[in-house]
Amino acid sequence: MNSFTLTQAAAADEAVRDFAGHAGAAYLGGGTNLIDLMKENVARPTHLTSLGHLPLGDISSLPEGGLRLGALATNADTAWHPEVEKRYPLLSQTILAGATPQLRNMATDGGNLLQRTRCYYFSDLATPCNKREPGSGCAALHGQNRVCGVLGTSESCIATHPSDMCVALAALEAVVRVQGPDGERSIKFEDFHRLPGNTPQFDNTLKAGELVTAIDLPAQGYASNFTYLKLRDRSSYAFALVSVAVGLEMEGNTIKKARFALGGVAHKPWRDPAAEQLLEGQPASPDLFRQVAAKVFASAKGYEFNSFKIELGKRAIVRALKQATEMSQPLDSNAFLNSNP
Amino acid sequence: MSQTIATPPTIRLDSDVIGRPVSRTDGAAKVSGAAKYAAEYNVPNLWHGYIVSSPIAKGKITKIDAAAVLAIPGVQQVFSHENVPSLAWFDRSYKDDIAPGGSPFRPLHNADVLFSMQPVALVVAETFELARYAASVLRIEYAVDEDFNTDLEKARAAGKGFDAPKGKPGFLPPPKPKGDADKAFKAAPHQVEAAYTHHTQHHNPMEMFASTVEWLGDGKKLKIYDKTQGAGNTQQYISKIFGLSKEEAWVISKYTGGAFGSGLRPQYQSFLAVLAALELAHSVRVSMTRQQMFSMGHRAHTIQDLKLAADDQGYLQALEHHAFAETSQFENETETVVNWSGILYKCANTKFSYELAKVDVNTPADMRAPGAATGSFAIECAIDELAYKAGVDPLEFRRLNYTYRDPTEDKPFSSKRLLDCYQEGATRFGWDQRTPEPRSMREGNMLVGWGMATGCWDAAMQKTAAKASLTAAGHLTVSSATNDIGTGTYTIMTQVAAQTLGLPMADVTAVLGDTTLPPAPVQGGSWTAASTGSAVQAACQELGKKLLKLAQKMADSPLKGIAFEDVQFVDGHLRANEDIDRSVAIADVLATSGEATVEAESGAEPNPVNMLKYSMHSHNAVFVEVKVDEDLGTVHVTRVVNAVAAGRVLNPKTARSQVLGGTVWGISMALMEETFLDNNLGRYMNHNYAEYHVPVNADIHKIDVILVEEEDDHLNPLGVKGIGEIGMLGVAAAVANAVYHATGKRVRDLPLTIDKLL
Ligand SMILES: Cc1cc2nc3c(=O)[nH]c(=O)nc-3n(C[C@H](O)[C@H](O)[C@H](O)COP(=O)(O)OP(=O)(O)OC[C@H]3O[C@@H](n4cnc5c(N)ncnc54)[C@H](O)[C@@H]3O)c2cc1C
Ligand code: SF4
Repeated sequence: MNSFTLTQAAAADEAVRDFAGHAGAAYLGGGTNLIDLMKENVARPTHLTSLGHLPLGDISSLPEGGLRLGALATNADTAWHPEVEKRYPLLSQTILAGATPQLRNMATDGGNLLQRTRCYYFSDLATPCNKREPGSGCAALHGQNRVCGVLGTSESCIATHPSDMCVALAALEAVVRVQGPDGERSIKFEDFHRLPGNTPQFDNTLKAGELVTAIDLPAQGYASNFTYLKLRDRSSYAFALVSVAVGLEMEGNTIKKARFALGGVAHKPWRDPAAEQLLEGQPASPDLFRQVAAKVFASAKGYEFNSFKIELGKRAIVRALKQATEMSQPLDSNAFLNSNP
Repeated sequence: MSQTIATPPTIRLDSDVIGRPVSRTDGAAKVSGAAKYAAEYNVPNLWHGYIVSSPIAKGKITKIDAAAVLAIPGVQQVFSHENVPSLAWFDRSYKDDIAPGGSPFRPLHNADVLFSMQPVALVVAETFELARYAASVLRIEYAVDEDFNTDLEKARAAGKGFDAPKGKPGFLPPPKPKGDADKAFKAAPHQVEAAYTHHTQHHNPMEMFASTVEWLGDGKKLKIYDKTQGAGNTQQYISKIFGLSKEEAWVISKYTGGAFGSGLRPQYQSFLAVLAALELAHSVRVSMTRQQMFSMGHRAHTIQDLKLAADDQGYLQALEHHAFAETSQFENETETVVNWSGILYKCANTKFSYELAKVDVNTPADMRAPGAATGSFAIECAIDELAYKAGVDPLEFRRLNYTYRDPTEDKPFSSKRLLDCYQEGATRFGWDQRTPEPRSMREGNMLVGWGMATGCWDAAMQKTAAKASLTAAGHLTVSSATNDIGTGTYTIMTQVAAQTLGLPMADVTAVLGDTTLPPAPVQGGSWTAASTGSAVQAACQELGKKLLKLAQKMADSPLKGIAFEDVQFVDGHLRANEDIDRSVAIADVLATSGEATVEAESGAEPNPVNMLKYSMHSHNAVFVEVKVDEDLGTVHVTRVVNAVAAGRVLNPKTARSQVLGGTVWGISMALMEETFLDNNLGRYMNHNYAEYHVPVNADIHKIDVILVEEEDDHLNPLGVKGIGEIGMLGVAAAVANAVYHATGKRVRDLPLTIDKLL
């Protein structure tokens, strides 16, 4: 770990200015990801703009019926917030499927969006990795790529975005509010994270020095028909191999509106609007779900150790849609977890 | 003669503690943080060493440019092969008590890189943070040798296997063949021929390997606080290499935060910390990082081929067990893998082999139930497969092929209550409710599977010494240089001493983990309770003899003329077996004698006659329920019954904990554990706790431990078999067998992760 200076910013514009005034600066949220990467010398900031004192921890209702999550609200406070639990239970469930209570108590909503990939090579300096060191190569391509992606990958990088929370935010069509040296702007969630292409060093579309100030949730929270299905190697404290967040608007057995996103399969939470459209206006049925699943993975490409994600992803979509339409609580992985606090 | 009255059996004396579920004597110290581990001794003026690990798997270091690093204020030295003083010359000086055959790895010995993450330099600085930073900017250049192979399958395909040589203490070569296995296999109506594999696993104890070496300033005298399973092993290793006397290399290891075999051999941080302390004449601590914990020994990746055949009744006709395991380029690490099949089942036609192949990784190491965990997974799955083929219930199949003698040595077992394990385990589990057909049990949309398996482990004992010392105030201290790796050694030493001298446990203190104490071997192989327990008992008996002599010197002693065998130590008194009125309080004996302390030293070792006459083993039977979500490939182990026969149980509470922990290990081996090796880079990649998976609480459901009563007079004076490893055995196979029962799918490659069950 290198030495660094640190400023405690008291307001968003102060933070943005502080960041701009220091070459090699990084924003520090809860630190659960950044500090680890600093210890491994993957991140080498020379200055930290600490966000801990920014007044951005609130969760508040928006005039049009939505909800604003301050960027500094912790993952735990968000998941257990009464309005989130009531109106966006999908988001609550998703956050609680991630990490551990200790980590969720520290992790901020803004930081969650910007956490780096869990591709093994990214955090091991002894290995080539284009995301860490552009141009050095991608060791995962022909290496241990079990945790890597199968959709939207490139020859440069096949990493996934590891967040659970972001999968729900994608399905909920959240909007990310940012403030930078050039002022404020809003980014649609689907435009926030990006595919690797040949610049995998960029995880998202933030411009240099831009600070995430809030995440806005639209009014529609799919509180009646939703599910988050996370498949992983153990029941907790493991990243998703594949996950699916679903929000549906139902009328009887007919799906009026469908939004779903996948985690663990791509460089960003994966949405497929054409597949969502296949569901809309249709009666829920296993056949339909299978058709939708096949469509999502039509362009998938598996690698040596992760091809299973294609079949698993399809089955996960079918199961998640079934759970969301029936709002059943079958004896699946998540149910096991709930019975064992 | 006066009347004799027997003590009514319902009254339990404070000193009657063997076999009672007493809590750990070190429990409070551990949960309150008072228990100190090797990296927690903050000796004055401590410098810190940070290990630099090789990024390449094979090659040579061509250049180390330390000048820039040495120029950083606070950096004291950079050690590498370029500036290490000439040390012991011969391989044998680097051999520790547990070393296998071959040339042990010598840290910083020369420019050669033999495995990825090999330590190549040590940066010493005034603070840990500075040392870590300085290590990150140290420039080392390598000439990479691309001609390496870390892939065991590839080595096998290339015909690189060779018969595992002898050389490692305790290694049993494969049993000799019997009958004609080929012919019997071909002739039998039911056959199983299958390959079983597991991949590399790392021990991952919570406590990182660390050594704090205190420079005592007096000549070359060092006080070495080491994370190890054997203070004595570290001492002899360090003293041979650095030419130190035992006084100069004083090793302390009071608490060990788990080790599971990884601490049997001294790890390289001990070497590096001692090197730095001697060279700099200063106290130094070296601690590994979690990532570096993946550079040490590991459970060897092993491929096992089994051929089993049975007749229509379910009697075994042929049994072949062949294992193929990895070792390093420089040592031949061996485990006893295939012998267990031969010990467990009666079969007239058997054939065994055990081969190694050299790959470019660090030498594998013993890991909880080494060899047996490997072998039992394969044989117990194959037996299950054969039982199905023969149409016999898997439990019944094992009963049919039960053996009362050890077929590999043609000796009777000193004791074997495996049938009781089967009986009690099956009853508790409800095995008779099982429907035999695969996929025949369901709950909601989950498939339910019930599987079982057997395990077997050595009941070993090692030569151990102990000392007992009683003060005039009546406090007894028992000591031995043994270790407590979390198994409960402090507690059972206290129990055995209290019972032997008739004192309450509160009046007894156990001391261990210090090379100035009477010598003891490493803690491992489940032999510590038997060895240290017996040694403590012997020392206390010697002390008892001294007390009797002193008592007999007392004026009007009621014990005059009585032999030691006819005296008992009960409730703080010495008294005649035949007459409880002939009694003297130990306190009075001490007071009258005028001695400040009474001491005795003694020891225990295996009985060679009984070792020749008997095969000594612990056994268990494991019953497992799994629930499988077939569409999604998820498995949950919802219920386990583990019935263990391990001789006399000194403390059912600590014993149960060992079996619980072992069961969790078995579930972990079955469902989660694998260190992913990148064969292009020759490097383990998931080298952290987030990506190397072991179970979390939510993965572990009901575990029922049954300690089956078993008496054994042939083992050791205490009748103890040890219980640290047996609990793990059979579990992985039982899980795999239950998954088959649930799904009809045989997965023979551990771990049973989602991708293999889709
Ligand atoms: C062992 C482990 C297991 C985990 N398991 C899971 C899991 O199963 N599922 C899951 O979803 N997550 C998991 N996590 C990840 C965890 O959710 C993230 O580490 C956390 O959300 C990051 O938030 P933070 O506030 O700590 O971010 P930090 O570590 O402070 O920052 C992360 C990144 O975001 C940047 N940043 C932070 N805040 C802002 C802001 N407001 N504006 C702009 N940039 C910002 C930082 O500069 C940094 O680059 C796990 C983490 C660990 C360590
Ligand atoms: S997949 Fe991406 S993160 Fe992983 S090694 Fe390749 S470039 Fe690096």
